[in-house]
Amino acid sequence: MNLVAILSLLVSSTIVYSTPLIFTALGGVYSENSGITNIGLEGIMTMGAFSAVVFNLTFATSFGKLTPWLGLIVGGVVGLLFSFLHAVATINFHADHVISGTVLNLMAPPLAVFLIKAIYDKGQTENITQSFGYFSFPGLVKLPLIGPILFENTFAPAWVAIFVAVFLWWILYKTRFGLRLRSCGENPQAADTLGVNVYGMRYAGVLISGFLGGIGGAVFAQAISGNFSISTIVGQGFMALAAMIFGKWNPLGAMLASLFFGFAQSISIIGNQLPFFNHIPSVYMQIAPYVITIIILVLFFGKSVAPAADGQNYIKSK
Amino acid sequence: MKNTTNVIEMRHIVKDFNGFKANNDINLTLQKGEILALLGENGAGKSTLMNILSGLLTPSAGEIVVRGKKVTIKNPTIAKKLGIGMVHQHFMLMDSFTVLENIILGHEVTKGIRLDFKKAQQEIKELSQRYNLNVDPLKKVSEITVAQQQRVEILKILYRGADIMIFDEPTAVLTPQEITEFIQILHGLANEGKSIILITHKLEEIKQVADRVSVIRAGKSVGNFKVADVSNNRLAELMVGRHVNMQLDKAPAIIGKTILKVANLNVKNKQNIPALKGLSFNLRAGEILGIAGIDGNGQDELVQALTGLTHIDSGHVLINDQETTNQEVRKITEKGVSCIPADRQKFGLILPFSIADNLAIQSYYKKPYSHHHVLNHDLIKQHAQKLVSQFDIRTTGVESPVSDLSGGNQQKVIIARELSRDSNLIIAFQPTRGLDVGAIEYIHHQLLAQRAKGKAILLISYELDEIMQLSDRIIVLHDGNISGEVKPDDTSDKELGLLMTGVKKEGTTFA
Repeated sequence: MNLVAILSLLVSSTIVYSTPLIFTALGGVYSENSGITNIGLEGIMTMGAFSAVVFNLTFATSFGKLTPWLGLIVGGVVGLLFSFLHAVATINFHADHVISGTVLNLMAPPLAVFLIKAIYDKGQTENITQSFGYFSFPGLVKLPLIGPILFENTFAPAWVAIFVAVFLWWILYKTRFGLRLRSCGENPQAADTLGVNVYGMRYAGVLISGFLGGIGGAVFAQAISGNFSISTIVGQGFMALAAMIFGKWNPLGAMLASLFFGFAQSISIIGNQLPFFNHIPSVYMQIAPYVITIIILVLFFGKSVAPAADGQNYIKSK
Repeated sequence: MKNTTNVIEMRHIVKDFNGFKANNDINLTLQKGEILALLGENGAGKSTLMNILSGLLTPSAGEIVVRGKKVTIKNPTIAKKLGIGMVHQHFMLMDSFTVLENIILGHEVTKGIRLDFKKAQQEIKELSQRYNLNVDPLKKVSEITVAQQQRVEILKILYRGADIMIFDEPTAVLTPQEITEFIQILHGLANEGKSIILITHKLEEIKQVADRVSVIRAGKSVGNFKVADVSNNRLAELMVGRHVNMQLDKAPAIIGKTILKVANLNVKNKQNIPALKGLSFNLRAGEILGIAGIDGNGQDELVQALTGLTHIDSGHVLINDQETTNQEVRKITEKGVSCIPADRQKFGLILPFSIADNLAIQSYYKKPYSHHHVLNHDLIKQHAQKLVSQFDIRTTGVESPVSDLSGGNQQKVIIARELSRDSNLIIAFQPTRGLDVGAIEYIHHQLLAQRAKGKAILLISYELDEIMQLSDRIIVLHDGNISGEVKPDDTSDKELGLLMTGVKKEGTTFA
């Protein structure tokens, strides 16, 4: 393989693996900036992946090429509904955020597998027939060197994810909604005295995270695993959380961190096609993304500062 | 030029918290352009009353009239619309936000859906200049001083167009110099026609700023007075409900041997900048040594160094002629050192633990409180009951969490624990911070009783009155070293004030 081919393989697989992490990490950013810790992202991704696959299998013939894109929205909506449980438990009933998030994580896989069994009478689904396919940027693809590496036959949802990250950064830091959302994660009591609807903002944060986490799961299922089984979502939600922390609870930071983790994952998958990496025993390549996640967390968790009231319940006095 | 229109009338206000009446038939009026002091002990119901006025709480009964119109203030937004703004005792700020973001939050100007930072900044600049509230709008709140944070709070309510302003214990966190500036700001606001309510329990402040004073005690109105017509002693009596001895009876000191010797101490602060620079002093038995100074001149580091909480770079600390430099905390404690820390909630107590456990926390590991690492809870409880009655801690039981107690009673728990240990050296760091007159009086008497017993007491305080009343000798700390040593009888607030700002004491006295 020549260098351009290697780089383009690396880039394309990196962005494919990053995309679910970007969406889900952005969800984490919104939830935690509103003050609700959301470790339930793993479970939310599972529900998103499950519903997207079921939708894809059921409607592939009716919607054709559009199916996986609609599948993203279905996954997002199901993720949003699922995250509603977390919102009610933490915001209205003042449950511990970690416990409630863990409940989502414990509940999602058996629920999804149970429904798969009920619908298809087997433990996992068939492979989907409509996937995202490849997309070349008109014009940009003609650029020398970076054209073929970045813009030829690329994975379109990745570019959507990057655009969404920039857009959500702008919303969070430049609009009234973003300012108010962050104020609830920073000092909800103060926000309340200024007339900010803390409960409403926190609902918004959690539900947005549910929508984005669901999309993250839907991307993973439709672009990477191709079907749904108990082992479709195994740790990607936690990896997205790590990316959120590494990215300092900032949408752009979370996106860059997700790209890095996506790179680590893709290395482990395509490593055997790359010079140098193909000499490393595959078991090390497979655990590498997780080891890197742990190392990053250990190195950055102390230094990266979460929103001050992240994980704290706010109880309005009457 | 003040006219006498009432901007606020609160009539027969009652607030019932599950049977406990925090406010019980309170009446209050505020006139346009005046500064009204609301005086009362901690827990008298001042903050409750003001939270009702600012919409954070709804009253159980009573009515509120604002500018002649009867109103119901259901939430802070309604209070804001009525032009009522409150500066809370614990600032309501977002530390990681900029000053600008803090000010506009909840009252944003937008261009489309985008925040219009430019326009907001312009408006804030105009307000800053008009009311002399200088602060950089683009700095983060975590980067500015406490006094500047207070200005942000004031700007916040001015930005919302408030003309009725409530200040809850605004000077509790300020240094003497900052208090002077703050008082000027208050007068400036009143001259511009703002009506101000000042919640406080500091009598001196009322004399300096307020036109009228309204006293409440145990949830009830005690009376309204013109400040000019009423003496400090009378106000103290009205507030506490009994005669208060503001003048302490201090017997002459009976000085014994040296208990604490600090020699050439060098300590760095958390930012790794030298905080104590070659500090030396002695403290003898039967003596109260007052350490005066502005917050942040090495007081924290001195206490931490003496108690073993921070590393001493060079120099020596000797307690009873024994070296305790850089020893473990428990070893130092067991040499006979008691410490009343400045932040009782952070360093003095474990808030969710019971009163009994908090009282045992210096001795639980020793016999008879524990045997083979198993705690004897019955004995710990008995011990606590004894101390509760001896030190008059007002509580429903020794097993309730210490967080349920009022500030004054929390402080009494620490005092009981530390003074009952019969230590030779007592370090009292801001022992009366945030307490009311009755509790201050109690603690001062306790410290004097320890002095009479021949204990050595190191009193570090930012309250000049406290230092002047209690100390036998005063050293003034400035920039990590001593800028002067004086006797309370032949010094003045003015001289101390100059020493505190670093003007070294020469052989001559100050005019």
